Formats: sequence, C-alpha cells, structure tokens
Amino acid sequence: MRLTIADLKKGERATIVDSSSEDIPLKLLEMGCLPGNVVELLQVAPFHDPMYLNINDSYLAIRKETAALILIDIINE
Amino acid sequence: MSKQINVALIGNPNTGKTSVFNALTGLNQKVGNYPGITVDKKEGICKLSRGVKAHILDLPGTYSLNASSLDENVVIELLLNKNDKDYPDVAVIVSDVENLKRNLLLFTQIKDLKIPTILVINMADRMSRKGISLDIELLEDKLNTKIALVSTRKNEGIPNLKALIENYKTLSTEPCLDTSTIDAEYFDSLKQAFPNQDLYKLWVVISQDANFGKMDRNELDFSKFKTKSKSELKRLQQKETIKRYQFINGILKEGQTIDVTKATGLRAQFDRILTHKIWGYVIFFVILLTIFQAIYDWATVPMDFIDSSFASLAEWIKITFPGGGKLTDLIAEGVIAGIGGIVIFIPQIAFLFLFISVLEESGYMSRVVFLMDRVMRRFGLSGKSVVPLISGTACAIPAIMATRNIENWKERLITILVTPFTTCSARLPVYLIIIALVIPEGRFLGLSYQALALMLLYLLGFGMAVLSAYVLDKILKTNRKTFFVIEMPSYKVPLFKNVALTVLEKTKTFVFEAGKIILAISIVLWVLASYGPGKEFNNAPAIVEDMYPELQGEQLENKVAAYKLEHSFIGIVGKAIEPAIRPLGYDWKIGIGIVTSFAAREVFVGTLATIYSVGSALDDDDKTIKNRMANEVHDNGKKVFTLASGISLLLFYAFAMQCMSTLAIVKRETNSWKWPMIQLFGMSLIAYIVALIAFQILN
Ligand SMILES: Nc1nc2c(ncn2[C@@H]2O[C@H](COP(=O)(O)OP(=O)(O)O)[C@@H](O)[C@H]2O)c(=O)[nH]1
Ligand SMILES: [Mg+2]
Repeated sequence: MRLTIADLKKGERATIVDSSSEDIPLKLLEMGCLPGNVVELLQVAPFHDPMYLNINDSYLAIRKETAALILIDIINE
Repeated sequence: MSKQINVALIGNPNTGKTSVFNALTGLNQKVGNYPGITVDKKEGICKLSRGVKAHILDLPGTYSLNASSLDENVVIELLLNKNDKDYPDVAVIVSDVENLKRNLLLFTQIKDLKIPTILVINMADRMSRKGISLDIELLEDKLNTKIALVSTRKNEGIPNLKALIENYKTLSTEPCLDTSTIDAEYFDSLKQAFPNQDLYKLWVVISQDANFGKMDRNELDFSKFKTKSKSELKRLQQKETIKRYQFINGILKEGQTIDVTKATGLRAQFDRILTHKIWGYVIFFVILLTIFQAIYDWATVPMDFIDSSFASLAEWIKITFPGGGKLTDLIAEGVIAGIGGIVIFIPQIAFLFLFISVLEESGYMSRVVFLMDRVMRRFGLSGKSVVPLISGTACAIPAIMATRNIENWKERLITILVTPFTTCSARLPVYLIIIALVIPEGRFLGLSYQALALMLLYLLGFGMAVLSAYVLDKILKTNRKTFFVIEMPSYKVPLFKNVALTVLEKTKTFVFEAGKIILAISIVLWVLASYGPGKEFNNAPAIVEDMYPELQGEQLENKVAAYKLEHSFIGIVGKAIEPAIRPLGYDWKIGIGIVTSFAAREVFVGTLATIYSVGSALDDDDKTIKNRMANEVHDNGKKVFTLASGISLLLFYAFAMQCMSTLAIVKRETNSWKWPMIQLFGMSLIAYIVALIAFQILN
C-alpha cells in the first residue's frame, strides 16, 4: 500500500508522487497539488477530517476522502 | 457620453479585488441586485483623467478558466463572449504577493485569450514581513505585461494602476506560452475544424464540460468534431497545468526572492487556537452569542427610538394637517406606518452584516467552514453551508446566493432549501413584538426571559434547518460527484472601508428592495381597510349608535372605527379565513397580518399597525403598536395576545415560508419552480401543524 495524504500526521511533510486519480478535482491540481510539490499537514478537525494543508505554498483544507487519493512520499526530517 | 474604458477585475478569491475596486471607485459603485440581474455584478466608475473614465467590474474570485462553480462560470462566460457589453478592453488581474505562484496560473490563462492584461500585485505592505523581494522589470518583461505594485491597505500604487489602465492600448497581447504543445495533434485538428476561431478559446470551451458542464456552446458547433472523452480531456488539463507551473516557476526563480528567515506570521499561532478541537468550537459559539447579543440588546435601542419617532411623526401629521381628510389619513396611517416598518430593520441588518463582513474579511470564516464541515456533512450539508446559514440570520436572499461556492450540487440544493428556516431579520420585528407582549419580564442567570425566548427561537430555526437537511439528504438522490476544497486565507485586520461599504450596500439593498414591497402593501392595505362594500360599512356611525345608545364621545368613535374595519374589504377577507386559523388561536385581524405576510414577513407588524390605527382613535398611551396590541380583546372580552396564542404565532412565523423574494431567488438559483414550490407548501404546512399543536396544548 502506498501512503497518501490521509496518512500524514500533524506537522509532517511529504512530496506528492501522484495526483492523477480521476476523482481528484481539477481545482486541486490548479492549486498546486501536482507531483514533485511539497505538502505539509498543519491542522486536522476532529476525526482527522477535513485536513488543513499547505500544498505548494497554498493553504487549503480538503476532505479526508480526497486526501486519500493523493499518493505521497514522506520527508523524514 | 464619452467613451469609457471597460475594465474587469479578475483574480483568485481573497486577493483584494474588492479592495482594489473600492479604492478605484469609492462610493461611485452600484450592485446589480435581486431580483433579476446577477448578484455578483458589482460595477463602478473611476475617473482616470480629464474626460477619461473607466467602467470597473468586480468579478467573483476564480482560480482558473476552468469553472467548477456558478460564480466562476460568470467570469469565464464574460471572457469568452466578445459581444458582451461588459467584455473588457483591459483585464486587471489582481494577485496576492504572498502567493504569486498560484495567482499567475490564472494570469497566464487570460493572457492566452489575447486580452490586454495588467497584473496588480497587491498586499505589497506584507512583502517585508514575509521577506519577499521582486524584480518588477524582469517580471514585466517575461510576462509580457505591465505590473502595478499595490497596497490597498496603505493606499499605495493606485495612481500608477490608473495610469496603466488609461494607456491600455500600449499593452502587449502576446500570450505567455503555447498551450497547443500539450497535444499538438489534437490542437491541429481543432484548428482545422474551426479555422476562424482563437485556438486557446476553443480549448477552454471544449474542456469546460469535463468539470462543470454549464458552458453555453451555441455559437460553436462541436457536433462534427470528434472530441475526446472526459477523462482524456482532464488528463490534458492536468498536463496544461503542469506546463504552466513550469513556466511560472522558471520566471519566479529569477524575479522573486524569498528570505525565509525574515518571514514572520501569526497564522500558525492563531490557527492553533481557532481551529483547536475544543477551543475552536468554544470560540465559535461565543462569537455566535455575541452576534446574537448585538442584535437583540444593542439594536433595540435605536429600534425603539425609530418606532416611537414614527408614531409621533404620524400623530404630528394628523394634528398639523387636520383638514387633509383622506389624504392625511393615507399618509399618516398608510405611508408613515409602512416606511416605519422598513426603517426599523436598519439597525439589525447593519449589525448582522457588520459581524459577517468582519468575520469574512479577517479570514476567520474559512476556519469555521473547516471546523464545521464534518458535522454538517452528517446532515447532508457542507462546511460551506455555515456561511449561508449564518447570513440567513440577516436575510435569506444573500444567504442563498452565498451557496454558490458549494461545489457539490446536492449539498448546495439542500442548503438552499433549508436556509429559509434560519431566523432572518424580517422575522425579528414579529418576534420582538410578540415576545414583549406575552413573555413575562424577569431574569434567569442574568439573561432576561425575553432574550432567552428569542435565543430559543433562533436555535429552533437552526434546528429545523438541520433536521430538514437530514431528511432531505435521505430523500434526494443525485449522482453528481462531490468534492470540497477551501482555501485558508491568512489572518488580517479587516479594512474599515471594505466593511463599511459592505454594510452600507447590504442595508441599502434591503431597504430599497424589501421596502418597495412593504410600502406598496401598506398602501394597498390602508385602502382595503378604509373602504368597504355595502351599507354596513357606509352607515357604520348610525348602526353603532343604534346598537349602543349609551356610548358617548371617544368610546363611540372607537366602536364606530372598529365596526367599519370589520366590514371593510380587508375585514371581509380576514373574517373569511378566520375559521382556518381559529384553532391556532388567532382572530381575523391576525389573519389579515398572516395573509399579507406571504408577500414578506416583515409586513406583519406594519399590517397590524395599520389595522389597529385604522381601527381605533389615537390617544396618548395608545400610540405605539405594542400598546395597541396589548389592549386587543376578543368579542368575549378575553385578551387576543396570550401566552398560548403568542407562542403559536411565534412558531408559525418561525417555520412558514413567507417571502416572495426568497422564492424568486430560489427559482433563479435552482432553475426551476419545483424547489420554491416545495419550500412554500412544505414549510407552511409544517408551520400550521406545529402552531396548531402548540396552541391546543397551551390553551
Ligand atoms: N495587508 C493587506 N491586506 C489587504 C490588502 N488588500 C486587501 N486586503 C485584505 O485582503 C482580504 C481580501 O480582500 P477582498 O478585497 O475582499 O478580496 P477579494 O475576495 O479578492 O474581493 C481582506 O481581508 C482585505 O482587508 C492590502 O493591500 N494589504
Ligand atoms: Mg470580492
């Protein structure tokens, strides 16, 4: 199983590996959710949903179900 | 009229378009409002130099030329339609210096449409705090554009922007990059099929359907053209996006330096508290309570003043122009009462929009959306439904329009359907007067019973909204895909000018739009109450004297007036529906109020004011509406407004759908009469049943 944004813990950073799933809205891609860009989990609402992220310098919140579609590699710091 | 330069302000949400718009136009602006015209159309005039003016259009925020909501669609349709009278001579792209990378995506797309384009880099005041420095000349060169570095907060850079707009003819229309390389073969075939069209425009039109499917393709006939499947189109769009970002990153590497060590910001600290799993909710609740306190407590001071001023004004007119006959009566009893019924709303509407716009401006509202999304989703709503539901406490009309940024159609529809349950300010006067009449004075934990009663009504409104959302969520079936993205803007101290203009504009809209209806109804009512058919009405004095030979002077006058009212046109209507509302505890006068309220709820108090002032001679302690209502009695001598009938009336107004403007807006936003009709009948039925049960139990 590959890791996705839904698996991130608060404060963790990762590199996006793949965001080509059909169900990812184009808007998210346009906001910078593209392979190679860095994503950081800043805050989570109760039940880890929605998730408040910094993707490619944009601050946004998405639902967990969408986050689970975006594959990542965690950056170990 | 001299020629005006058409300017469109375009940009991502929260980059400061409206602030730039306000800076350019000042008070020279107007908003196309309901009903009919699109809401979002904010236009204004800006004087550039002697004899040269610009017509400025403030468009809704959009992230790209691919629409994913109705709001964004407005922008794209305008930019694709050269025949639109607002089609811009020059597009001004407003960007946020803190997020140039993402803002430039839209910029490059608009450049590709070959529209003359100016880039505004706004929020320049934040550069030093974020350690950002820019090489403007280099950026201008690489992006083929002119740049205005602006800070609307510090009021810097606006004259430069005006100069650039005035000289728009010298702007380059050269695109930034060549999109067709993402699939050369496909773009070639497009070009061959439509040789006369702009290639990038073709691509934008053809790819819209993949995300949104609202694009009007009339002018282009794609039937002969073998296009690609949705998923292929989407893959191409992704490729296009990557390509654009490569281009942008390349440019920013040279033209922008960010010294991270200098960057400071309070985002993280604020977020830690405001989006905290417990404190976040506590704070939100406290804010709601404060808003509530403002509307009930603080606003009542000016409202009482307005109420008594209008009462004295009416009296003054009657005394000053005693010989005016019917005309004096019409003005004092119809027009003044009607206008008073509108003006009295101003303090509350203003307070509500003050709070809402401060919350939006500061960036806090997005945190609320974040906190509430999960909870709201359980009920078939979205975190973004919170904003409409809160705005609904001012007025359902702007609230329903605020649902436009909910991406998921089902969540949006449910939000639209349930929003009218929230306690809008049109219900307030009804609530306030009835609460004052039937709820005893006294305090509980420092809060007055009356304030608590009002709070309960608000909670009831929200509760009913959420409950019906839950039911609708179970009933409605859709197969449209769902998604949810919300940007979390940085925290900012609200700009006074923006807040003031929002409050002014919303209040004005309300007063004029709702005011027209209220005033018209007040006059019609007065006429219907002052005339009647047959000899009962016309011979009232003689009949009453016959019936009550012992009455004298004022008492006699009152009886005559009441008898007349009962036999006037409006009295006949009221009497006709009395059997249906008797079980709810209402008499025929309240019945008239309810009937007229179906045009707009706020008419209720005005109606009763008109009816009671027609129905009785004025004397000193009787002049406010409240006193008149308190003294109303049934034929059997019992008071009309008791706890039972009062509660029943409150519940009826809490649930019934009594607002024509809302129905019209729902029709427009859902594009069918089906949903407004469901609202009208469904809500009114609920109201009737609940009021009936309440009265029967309490009585
Ligand atoms: N620091 C700073 N904040 C600004 C500036 N211009 C606008 N803002 C703030 O940015 C936020 C969004 O502004 P607004 O005009 O509503 O943006 P719009 O969504 O693009 O119309 C508001 O909180 C403004 O007060 C500026 O030049 N500097
Ligand atoms: Mg705006």
